[in-house]
Formats: sequence, C-alpha cells, structure tokens
Amino acid sequence: MKRHLKILEHALSSLRRRKGKSLAIVVAFAFTIAVLASVLFLSHALRTDANLMLTEVPDLIVQRQIAGRHELIPVDYAEAIRDLPGVAEVRPRLWGYYYDALTKANYTFVGLAKQAEPDWPLLQGKVPSGPDECAVGAGVAEVRRLTLGDELSMIDANNIGRFFTVTGIFQPSSNLLTHDLVVMTEEDLASFFNFSEGRVTDLSVRVYNSEEIDKIAQKVKRLFPDTRPITRSEISRTYDAVFSWRSGMLLTVFFSALAAFCILAWDKATGLSSEERREIGILKAVGWDTADILLLKFWEGMALAMISFMVGLLAALVHVFAFGAPLLAAVIKGWSVLFPPFRLTPHIDFYQVSILAFLTVIPYVISTVVPSWKAAITDPDTIMRS
Amino acid sequence: MSYCRIFSCLLSVLACAIGGFFFWASAQVWGAESDLLPARREMVRRLQLTDLAIWTEARYARHPSQADLFTPFQEFPGAAEHFPSGSLLAPPPFNLTTRIQVHAKPGTNR
Repeated sequence: MKRHLKILEHALSSLRRRKGKSLAIVVAFAFTIAVLASVLFLSHALRTDANLMLTEVPDLIVQRQIAGRHELIPVDYAEAIRDLPGVAEVRPRLWGYYYDALTKANYTFVGLAKQAEPDWPLLQGKVPSGPDECAVGAGVAEVRRLTLGDELSMIDANNIGRFFTVTGIFQPSSNLLTHDLVVMTEEDLASFFNFSEGRVTDLSVRVYNSEEIDKIAQKVKRLFPDTRPITRSEISRTYDAVFSWRSGMLLTVFFSALAAFCILAWDKATGLSSEERREIGILKAVGWDTADILLLKFWEGMALAMISFMVGLLAALVHVFAFGAPLLAAVIKGWSVLFPPFRLTPHIDFYQVSILAFLTVIPYVISTVVPSWKAAITDPDTIMRS
Repeated sequence: MSYCRIFSCLLSVLACAIGGFFFWASAQVWGAESDLLPARREMVRRLQLTDLAIWTEARYARHPSQADLFTPFQEFPGAAEHFPSGSLLAPPPFNLTTRIQVHAKPGTNR
C-alpha cells in the first residue's frame, strides 16, 4: 500500500511537471465523457418519461387508411368494433394539425367530448365546455402571448377567421404532453376543420383483458381491411426506438464523441514524448524496475482518467438535468418552432454510467501503460540517447 | 501538502458532488412519481393522447406512433429527423413584432 502511495505521489508530481499537457488531456477527456453521458442521460430520461407517462394511452387506436395515407374514419365503424367480444369501450377521437402562419408554428388540435370532467390536473383555468372556447398548451400561450380570458384567432378550413376564448392554459410541468395543444369541444373542432358528418380522426378502443389486445387488433383488421390498428405496445416500442442510442441524431453525436475519444487514446497509444522516454530511462538507470514504471504509468493514467470521468459526468448531469440540455436541444429541435424546454425527471441509469466508465477509463489507462511498457523494457542508455 | 492529499481531496469533492446529484435526482424521481406522474397520466387518459409533444415540425415527428406507413418513422423508426438539414438549420424566428388585440364591442359577445 505504501509503495502504491509513494508511486502515486511520484505520478502526480510528474503530471504536475507536464501540467499543460495534463490539463489539455483532462479537458478533452472530460468533454468527451460529458458529451457521451449527456446523450445517454437525455435519451434515457426521455424514454423513461415516455414509458411512464404513456401507460394510460388507449389499448388500441384504429385508423383508416386509403392509398397508404391516413383518412378520416366513419364513426359507424365504432359500433361494429364495440360488438366484438372483449371490447370494453370505443371512443371516437377528433384531432388534427393546424399551421399558424402568424407564428410559423404547428399546433395540434384535440377535441373534447361533452362529458369531460370539469376539474383537470395540471391546468390553470378550466377546460373548454362551450362553443368558441379553448385551452392551450404553455408553448401556444407563449408564442401567441395569451393569458386566461384572451381570444385566440385562427383561420378555419373555410378560410374564415375564428375566435376562441382561452379558458385554460396547461401548466409547464405538462409541457412534454401539451406544449403545442389547442383543446376545444369536438363540435368546434369538427366545424373548424370542416369534417364530413359522421367522420372522426380515429377510434380509441379499450379492451377488458390486456392479453387480448393483439387478438382484437387482428379481428378489427379482418372486419375492416381498410383500417390500421395500432396497439399500445407498438406505441411504446416506437418511443424505445426513437430514443434508443441507435436513433439517428443520438448515434451521430455518440459516434462523433467516441471518435474524438479514440483519437485521443490512439495518440496516447502510438508513443511517448521524448521527455517521457527520458524520464523512464532515468528511472530505470536509478534502479526502478519495469513493474515500478508500469505502476507509475498506470497511476498517471488512472489519476487523469478518474478526474476526467468525474468532471465529465458531473458536467453532463448539470447540463441535462439542471439546465435542460440546451446544447443537445439545439440539435434535436430541428425545424420545430414550438419546442418544449426539457425539464426532465432525472431518471439515471447506473448501468449506463458504469458501462461508460468501463468503456472510457479502462481503454485510456491501457493506452497509457502499453507504450510505457515498450519503453521500460528497452535499455535505459538507449532510451536516453534516443 | 502532498500531491496525494490534494488528489484525494479533489476526488472526494467530485465524488461528493456526484453523490449529492444522484441523491437529489432520486428525490426528484420520487417526488415526480408520487405527485406529477399521476396527474400526467390522468391528462393522457382524458385527452386520449398517444405521443409526446417534442417535435412539431412534421406530423410524423409530432405523432411518431401514429404516422402513416409511408412516413420515415415507419420505414426507419430510428430516424429522429427526416431531413438531415433540419438538425443543422436554425428554425425561422417566431417572435411577434406587433400584437393585435381584438376587443368585443360593449354590450355584445363579438
């Protein structure tokens, strides 16, 4: 133990002698760790939030498709689906998209059935219950500068201006779900988009036994071949895929950071500086054996890697969970005008943290020790003369 | 002060900061799961929502789980962006420069 402490002391003093280089390595290494960890933390937190929040999505969504495109579905389909054994409830869903030329933003309109409950969680104000009333997400309220009681003007499908009184604004804590929503009564939504009589956007189906969801989906498909049933597990799988490390943007960032780390490790592995070689030669000449030198280099690498890893990890935690990942959000945002600020619940996967530590610290330490071993087994006189 | 002592102090400070962050994160998760999550789930149930409101630039991005079969998400579920430039170009400015206020005439609804 004492020998290790003495060698560590020497390793740290040697790092201090090369403080410029050591600091550069710590900065580059910590930055790489921070980028990798930020991507992993953000994607894991989003995926976990999605999976936790979306447990209440309908068991089955039945869409109608014509020529491979989504089409409004006749509400009569609901009656036939309701008669299928195992189906508890079928509810028509009315929703759609609206491009607001004023703010160049896309809103999502959702229609509310009349029997909607009056008191809502995460809503400031009240839900729209009458004609020309609406509740909006925090993003819509922000870009249109709306407060409770204001009027939201929009152009309907007949190119006529419509005014909706804002009766409610969804709280920012529900932003991940409601940021771009404009909620109004189903009648208002149908008339705004000029829906044909008896047509709705799609149908949501609740099934008594969750084991039978796939079976019911098959029966719906058989009954109405022009429909596309989407099960809850498919929705969950979509989010797993979108936020997994394989997804396009995350993969790009991940591999860029990994490539930067590989270059750093490769630079270390391909050789020592002449000063480092000279130091190894002198240590050998004064009586250090090869094992001591390898231990010295191991502690040098370990000290740098541990400091870098911890600084990088801390930076990633603060970046993602304290500041809402502003650097990554700029990349993820794309063309979205309405983009919710990431105030994510800090779900941290310790397995990911340990994998990240294993994949970065160990290769770096190895890349420090291997070239030193090559120099340490060479004759000290040859090393110093070279 | 020896270098070992400085190094161990530095490691301890960093470990405490990370440990403290993990502790804070656990408290946040616990708080969110007991307070916020039931409210969010209730919101999903009442509005019959299926997707998160993250990307609003295209319908397949707004509702990735509901997109048509021909949209990029269905062909390649990992694609967060259909147009690669979308991740690189800055979005158009959306701040309003003027605000038009419409008031109802006294004594009428409109």
